[in-house]
Amino acid sequence: MATLRLVAIVWLLGGVGFAQSPARFGIGRSPTPEEIRAWDISIGPTGEELPPGRGSAKEGAELYKQKGCAGCHGATGTGGPAPVLRSTAKPGVEVWERGRILPVRSPFATTVWDYINRAMPLNREGTLTPDEVYALTAFLLYINDVIPQDQVLDRESLPKIKMPIGDAYASLPDWKPRTRRLKDYPF
Amino acid sequence: MGSRRPDRRELLKHGAALASGLTLGAVAPAAGQTPASGQAPASQPMIKGSKEMIAYGDRSRFVTSVRIPHPPGGRMSPDQFGLVFHVAAPLQDSVGVITPSSLHYVATTRGSFMPDIDPNEHRLMIHGLVDRPLTFTMDDLKRFPSVTRLHFIECAGNRATPRHRTVQETHGMTSCAEWTGVLLSTLLKECGVKSTATWFVAEGAEEVKGASSMPVAKAMDDVLVAYGMNGEPVRPQNGFPLRLVVPGFEGIFSTKYLRRIKLVDRYYLNYNDFGHLDQDPKVAALDYQIGPKSVITYPSGGQQLPGRGFYEISGLAWSGGGAVRRVEVSTDGGRRWNLAEIKGTPQRMAHTRFGYAWNWDGSETEILSRCTDELGQVQPTRAQIAKFWNVAMDASFRVPGLDNSIQPWRIARDGSVQNGYA
Repeated sequence: MATLRLVAIVWLLGGVGFAQSPARFGIGRSPTPEEIRAWDISIGPTGEELPPGRGSAKEGAELYKQKGCAGCHGATGTGGPAPVLRSTAKPGVEVWERGRILPVRSPFATTVWDYINRAMPLNREGTLTPDEVYALTAFLLYINDVIPQDQVLDRESLPKIKMPIGDAYASLPDWKPRTRRLKDYPF
Repeated sequence: MGSRRPDRRELLKHGAALASGLTLGAVAPAAGQTPASGQAPASQPMIKGSKEMIAYGDRSRFVTSVRIPHPPGGRMSPDQFGLVFHVAAPLQDSVGVITPSSLHYVATTRGSFMPDIDPNEHRLMIHGLVDRPLTFTMDDLKRFPSVTRLHFIECAGNRATPRHRTVQETHGMTSCAEWTGVLLSTLLKECGVKSTATWFVAEGAEEVKGASSMPVAKAMDDVLVAYGMNGEPVRPQNGFPLRLVVPGFEGIFSTKYLRRIKLVDRYYLNYNDFGHLDQDPKVAALDYQIGPKSVITYPSGGQQLPGRGFYEISGLAWSGGGAVRRVEVSTDGGRRWNLAEIKGTPQRMAHTRFGYAWNWDGSETEILSRCTDELGQVQPTRAQIAKFWNVAMDASFRVPGLDNSIQPWRIARDGSVQNGYA
């Protein structure tokens, strides 16, 4: 009995260790601003991450042939095995009726730039220079009548382009944990 | 109609036979006598031990269940260059709730070579709207408090069509594994998320650097940065050495080969987000969290019942909304619904096994299952979905969001089982 009481006292005094979860664990290394810049290829709608560089549709048309884009997407942006890049719909046809065409349906030109930069060309991803990505973006926007042929795109002008979809796309759900996926939807 | 359990007396007789068999087996046979214990006679084929088998076990050569390219008749995986595309898990052969890692479904954003990542070189960077951007090695991540959770991952393309014959073809793009890793919320607290951060972008290290935007609220709730899968490191096809598991969201969000997480103040529209863009806000909402869903895996399309009599109907139920609360089975084409037995304790956003005792009388019928989750969401028929959206249920009808409609299996008088949509 006395032993038991002693054990209880030792325990109360902190003789038994408790798991400790600090507010911060102090694990991990702080990357330098240069490291972050080198890793960060997410280009958001404001374009704040865009690198220096410039390009126009004319240069883009050449690159489209040189870099092999035409091989998968077709010489004119249609007719290849890869996704269509040029709308062939008559003027006035609604964006949502024109199919899932990146330079037509994207709400921001930055999405087109981001897509080409991270994922093209097939099997040589990440090899395009910023100038080349600006030029190819300009080319895709030009062949869809979004910008004129001579417009030069750079980190200033690219985010300002008005895309054909305007704001005719769904705003995203204000998702809340542990609630139905859509209010008043029973399924 | 309805279920019929085996007769109690039959069970008792069977039990008695078993018990006497055990007694006999416990007695060593006298020399020269045939063993009565049911031990293998010497002539039975044996598997000779090899160093390889001792080091790493194989399944029996009689077990031949495999994954198949998805959708059937679609793109081959691998193709002639070794690119991998979608492959579906053999749910018709599954037991319990865990999908073996080697049979887990695989989806790639486009045909991909599997990246061959050295875990010692792999890093995860968290940056953007945080107080302290941090880079973690794999060893760093394993120092944090870990969690182990059962979660399904399901591809948005997991959709039954009349062309699909088997449950592997209709539903094989879902799988369930035991995942081990660090909660993303633990890492985000370490970095200190700024109050202006509302979304985060997760990015993989594969060649296309696939990226998706998700609400920060999801990150703080239950997203897992996983390095373990079914008791071992995540396999290369499933994202080695590190992947996100985003419980209950469409599979594409569970970023494989995770290398970067960026906290941002708006929807970022990077890569995978473009494919998620929608015209109707209601449909857009359904493209995140998966609804309640279930399917009967036995008997299912392409299988054959040997004759009338007792069967345990078996299947899987799951929901992106939480744990499965109830599963019902109909054996008369949906006229009457009966409560199924849930095997074990349902986990949040995990496959749940159910069973239903059924005595088939040999007549033609249709069997179906439906599930209800902890939020009260109920798995619908296609007709119910069409009615809700006020659209015709014709050939062009597609279920908005991930298709969670009820799957009918038609059983013919000869015991053959077919897709009810065919």
